[in-house]
Amino acid sequence: MPGDSSPLGSAAPASGTVLEVRDLSVEYLLERGTVLAVDQVSFDLSAGEFLGIVGESGCGKSTLLFAIAQLLVPPAEVTGGSVIFKGRNMVGLTDRELSAVRWRDLSVVMQSAMNALNPVKSIGAQYFDAMRAHGVASKGEIAERSSEVLKMVGIDPVHLKSYPHQLSGGMRQRAMIAMALLFTPDLVIMDEPTSALDVVAQRSLMVQIKELQEQLGFAIIFVTHDMSLVSHFSDRLMVMYGGLVAEFGATRQVFDNPLHPYSIGLLEAFPSIRGPRVPLTGIPGSPPNLANIPPGCRFAPRCPKVMARCEVEPPELYQMDGTLVRCFLHDGGGRADD
Amino acid sequence: MRFVFRRLGFFLLTLWVALTLNFVLPRLMPGNPALSIIGKFRGGISPQAVKVLEEQFGIATHQNLLVQYFDYLRNVATFKFGASLTTQPGVSVGRIVLDAIPWTLGLVGVTTILAFILGTGIGILAGWWRGGRLDSIMPPIFVIMTVIPYFWIGLVLILIFGVKLHVLPYFFSYNFSLTPGLNAAFIGNVAEHAILPAFTLLITTIGVWILTMRNTMITTLAEDYVRMARAKGLPSHRIMLDYAARNAILPNLTGFAMSLGFVVGGAILIEEVFNYQGVGYLLLQAVNNTDYPLMQALFLLITVAVLFAILLSDIATAILDPRTRGAG
Amino acid sequence: MATTQTPPGAGDAGAGAAPGAGPFPQAGPAAAGLPLAGGGSVAGARSMRRMARAITANRKATVGTALLVLFIFIAAFPGLIAPYDPQAEIFPRSKGPSAAHWLGTTSFGQDMFSQVIWGARPVLLIAFGVGLLATIVAMLIGVAAAYLGGAADGTLNVITDVLLVIPLFPLLIIIGSYLHGAGTAVMIAVIAATGWSYTARQLRAQALSLRNRDFLNAAKVRGERPLYIICVEIIPTMTSLLVAAFLTNALYAVLFSSSLQFIGLGDPSVTSWGTMLYWAENNEAFQTGLPLWIIVPGLCIVLLGAAFALLNYAFDEIGNPALRPARSIRRGRAQRAR
Repeated sequence: MPGDSSPLGSAAPASGTVLEVRDLSVEYLLERGTVLAVDQVSFDLSAGEFLGIVGESGCGKSTLLFAIAQLLVPPAEVTGGSVIFKGRNMVGLTDRELSAVRWRDLSVVMQSAMNALNPVKSIGAQYFDAMRAHGVASKGEIAERSSEVLKMVGIDPVHLKSYPHQLSGGMRQRAMIAMALLFTPDLVIMDEPTSALDVVAQRSLMVQIKELQEQLGFAIIFVTHDMSLVSHFSDRLMVMYGGLVAEFGATRQVFDNPLHPYSIGLLEAFPSIRGPRVPLTGIPGSPPNLANIPPGCRFAPRCPKVMARCEVEPPELYQMDGTLVRCFLHDGGGRADD
Repeated sequence: MRFVFRRLGFFLLTLWVALTLNFVLPRLMPGNPALSIIGKFRGGISPQAVKVLEEQFGIATHQNLLVQYFDYLRNVATFKFGASLTTQPGVSVGRIVLDAIPWTLGLVGVTTILAFILGTGIGILAGWWRGGRLDSIMPPIFVIMTVIPYFWIGLVLILIFGVKLHVLPYFFSYNFSLTPGLNAAFIGNVAEHAILPAFTLLITTIGVWILTMRNTMITTLAEDYVRMARAKGLPSHRIMLDYAARNAILPNLTGFAMSLGFVVGGAILIEEVFNYQGVGYLLLQAVNNTDYPLMQALFLLITVAVLFAILLSDIATAILDPRTRGAG
Repeated sequence: MATTQTPPGAGDAGAGAAPGAGPFPQAGPAAAGLPLAGGGSVAGARSMRRMARAITANRKATVGTALLVLFIFIAAFPGLIAPYDPQAEIFPRSKGPSAAHWLGTTSFGQDMFSQVIWGARPVLLIAFGVGLLATIVAMLIGVAAAYLGGAADGTLNVITDVLLVIPLFPLLIIIGSYLHGAGTAVMIAVIAATGWSYTARQLRAQALSLRNRDFLNAAKVRGERPLYIICVEIIPTMTSLLVAAFLTNALYAVLFSSSLQFIGLGDPSVTSWGTMLYWAENNEAFQTGLPLWIIVPGLCIVLLGAAFALLNYAFDEIGNPALRPARSIRRGRAQRAR
């Protein structure tokens, strides 16, 4: 079991490790071959920690999320590794075995509440379903708790009778978040919950999420493509590329001093509102074809600092001042092995 | 509410089109069909029937087309469909039709509802339990079932159960030696006569419901809210029914309306094959006898029935799908 | 008798329900090398190639194609197969199967086998005639409605919907009655003129979903005329839905024309499967010990219909991979057992 000195562990106060992901791999078994969407990702998550996972579309971050929550659908499948949640490996468990843990201890928030909420049932009815599935029998109790969580996110409980299409986009997202908090779980997994909102709503929602976290103490894994948004709120930041962890460390460090050329590119692609005007730089090229993984570093074709070595040898995760980075430029600190 | 008005408007429009078709079609045909009847039955038609025929087909051409048209519409609005020419000469069309309706309602109405319920149920399960041998062989079987001509399967069943095995009756809706009445013997006999036709209609129409429900179910199961339901740890049957099926059935309800056309066609053919004196059988009799007033009235009746069924499915959709209420 | 296509929703819900052609959001990362929405004719050619490959791979498609080819052959060269003139009433009447008459003879003294063989031609003519004609009409109306939008769209929609609702079989019966029976050409015209509405709806729905795709806007910006855009860009992309519409219309034509012929509204002097059944029933085939007279023509209708339906179903699966039998996915998994 990794202790405090392990590079995978967090430097933040660890009142217990809530989640241990070890060498998790996910593949899409398609007729024309398999696509390796997540390649041996490992990390630990402490109680109450806010972990942000960022990357481009197709880098595997959402797949990773669903793999952790055991919500993959064929043809996607976990093909290796383990997900140990509160001491129990979730990989390979059946839905029935998982239902004890689901929602009570681990809940999910999806990108679009319009799609994630059942369009033909009222909000209240969907809360009711969740609570009844976990043994809360009394209608009074259910109604009370439902009102409570809605108030927590700033929605008038009268909307328990509303249908999803009757709420505004922001309200829907918050209703979905409230639903995730019905049992005050230990871990809430969020898949780009703010992407569908406008910038102002995004920020206010993020603030609210952070407040709720501090209030209720749950851990969060927050996946997004918007690095600058999440970096104001997360404790640690993981940058993914091509199914691999590219960089992983304390948010402040990764944000202020990114090591991997991809992280640098990501940050430079988000202009700052303040400061001097600089020309926009993107990252040329496109993500690798994961059906046909090239040898060497997956970022090599697009890397401004590519070396000859990068194209033939795949880099491992190396340690650098407490940050993990998968780049030969920083292999001086030695491998971060487990 | 606006939704309801729009639908009613649409129904009225459709009705009007059907009426206009009834009016326009015979006048478009080469040679006036009514003239040929009148010629054929010289003297055999009552004067009132001739008058109605003349009005309906515009034989009295000293009136211009538009006047004829409005006369026709007026007649229909006051339920003056005329008298049957040849099927039951002189008897009012309305009376003949009313006699036939209960038989069709009983046979076709009940069987269709049954087929829809059973078919949808099987489709839900088929979509839910994907994979495995059942999923591979079932769809092709049902696909083939949907292409079997209604009349042919009826004939084959008659061959097996009626002619060869002598187990079930297949002629008319009841044994003519019995007098109709609300007694057990008569009702039992009616039920016995209904078995083969009902079974035929059932197996030919159920395939469509099963397949379409299965397909929409599969598409619905890929939706995020189903994944969310799993994430919440809800029990399987609840996810299948409350989250998947309740959403999957919606496009099928509207599809029900469109499939009614085929149900009507099937009903006509099956009544013909089994000589079951319902509305369909009557229509074909009218065709064989060139009894145009009866034919036209039946066409209108069938159209109204279809519109009514569509209205019912619209109401069902409104009940099941909160998005169609209020917002419209 | 309706096809296995997902029935479009009522009125306004149309756009979302179009099955068939076009890239579908697969449950996989975008980087998996799946073809994304591309320009008109390029996508058209690519989808044709994909179709050809998919047909050979899909078992339903192979069976369907084989049956269809068989019937086309029989219809094209009946003289090669049938031993006698189908109308010749020269043989001993009402005989059972024998070496000289494989299916026996009718109560008029005709060779049943020859009748079945020659009977294929009118049926296939009607199937392809209606298939082509109705699909063309449906395409013109559907695409025009989608592209023109506004009042034109509204009007065309109402026309389509009304025709969809009016019970077609009774209408065909009435028309057939006024015409005192319809030969092959008339059948084609009448069935095509009344039956295009279902496929017009589907085509409109798909055209709508394409209307705002980038490649069309690019064409508009280039200054192409609407007719060009419709013909060169939109229609080729809709190829697979057009093929599906053709199959649907052909199937519907076979069933309806046979039914009309069965009740005596066909041309009794033409030998086709439907008219054979008409004569058979009128001569009490079952009671006189000639069950084959009813069984065989009906079986042919079923097989031809099955060919169209299987091909249509296979196209559904090809266009929407989610509908494919899940077993092939499992097989892939088993092959990769670790």
